[in-house]
Amino acid sequence: MLTKRIIPCLDVRAGRVTKGVKFKNNIDLGDPVEMALAYSDGGADELVFYDITASAERRPIDIGMVEAVARTIRIPFAVGGGISTVADMERVILAGAEKVSVNSLAVRNPGIIGEGAREFGAQCIVLGMDPVHSGNPACPSGYEVTTRGFREFTGMDAVEWAKRAVEMGAGEIVVNSVDADGTRAGFELTVTRLIAEAVPVPVVASGGAGKPSHLADAFNVAHADAAIVAGMVHTGDWTIAQIKDDLAAAGIPVRRTW
Amino acid sequence: MKDVTAIVDYRAGNLTSVRLAFEAIGVETVVTSDADTVRGAARVVFPGVGAAASAMENLRALGLVDAVREAATDGRPFLGICLGMQILFEHSEEDGGVDLLGILPGRVRRFPNVPGCKVPEIGWNQVKGLGIEGVPDGSEFYFVHSYYAEMGPHTLGITEYAGVEFSSAVRRGNLVATQFHPEKSGRLGLVLLKDFVSC
Repeated sequence: MLTKRIIPCLDVRAGRVTKGVKFKNNIDLGDPVEMALAYSDGGADELVFYDITASAERRPIDIGMVEAVARTIRIPFAVGGGISTVADMERVILAGAEKVSVNSLAVRNPGIIGEGAREFGAQCIVLGMDPVHSGNPACPSGYEVTTRGFREFTGMDAVEWAKRAVEMGAGEIVVNSVDADGTRAGFELTVTRLIAEAVPVPVVASGGAGKPSHLADAFNVAHADAAIVAGMVHTGDWTIAQIKDDLAAAGIPVRRTW
Repeated sequence: MKDVTAIVDYRAGNLTSVRLAFEAIGVETVVTSDADTVRGAARVVFPGVGAAASAMENLRALGLVDAVREAATDGRPFLGICLGMQILFEHSEEDGGVDLLGILPGRVRRFPNVPGCKVPEIGWNQVKGLGIEGVPDGSEFYFVHSYYAEMGPHTLGITEYAGVEFSSAVRRGNLVATQFHPEKSGRLGLVLLKDFVSC
């Protein structure tokens, strides 16, 4: 049986992994390569790195870090932040990343999704999105896509955007709830489920994981295929193995031999 | 024959992970699109990601079909990965039907649409029957694919997805091929690669 993936997310700022709440108040957590190795050895199924300031600073992603991670770990990883062109995608993929994640850029330039999928295959192209519950009547699902770290509202409906992105070639959707991000109070299940049921590709729940039952909810209630964890594991409060033990006890298929 | 491990580059996906995984077990590789280099190699790795039809076209355009066929059938250790496994079979349903290399008997089919089973299958799934020392039976490996090889006489590993039991690994003599990606399957993937280079 295909297992549910647990994916630690490493937000990288100036070469260090940091963690903030709702994209603010960042604290230093460690070296990205060392943390990648520790998570890989500890049973993470995949990793995702976001160069969190690249997009806002409009600079390219740190390729040296991507190469160092690729030399060090043998599990898939995705990289996002600061990816503006197909050439940027190519650099990240040739450096050894399995996937590239586009978010704000794809809102500004949706064509990048199809261009990337044609060049590298849909499985390489992840659409990340930061939906927020809003009263915007232009968004019938109730969720509006924001960009640039919650700084800009787009007027785009989150579910419609997910469907359109998949039609254009996105192979996976990461639904990162701005409302839940960093709260460790649980994923935003409603928008995750709306999107998971609307698209034929895997959906990754992101933002708000604080304990294993939150992940169980993401899989059982929101029908996510994978879940991102950050603070709950970065702080040492939980290990990947503990999370997987709890999920397995709840009957959720997870990878337990590594 | 020099002890060269050749990774065949036929413009079917990124080979960085495959190269780095062999590096991680101390094996130097040569990434090549040259038929003579493939012919001269002691071991041949045949990876691949993407569409079967364009991969077949690339193999022909690069003049690699015969060299790959020889490597897969003359007793040298040969490892097909993902699309590089599928291409060894006779025919794929992809793109309305594609004739493949026909080195192994059998067909490649698309997963049916089953509620709750996304296609492509992306992630870690159990493989039964590999029989490699150090790999517990039923361990998970990393898959990314929409098409699968039907069970056949050379099936080694068996995996289930979308209600289908399929060949996730095949073996015929020194030819081994996996639908999953050993180069991205953590420590157990490296055990499989070590097993390959030791034969």
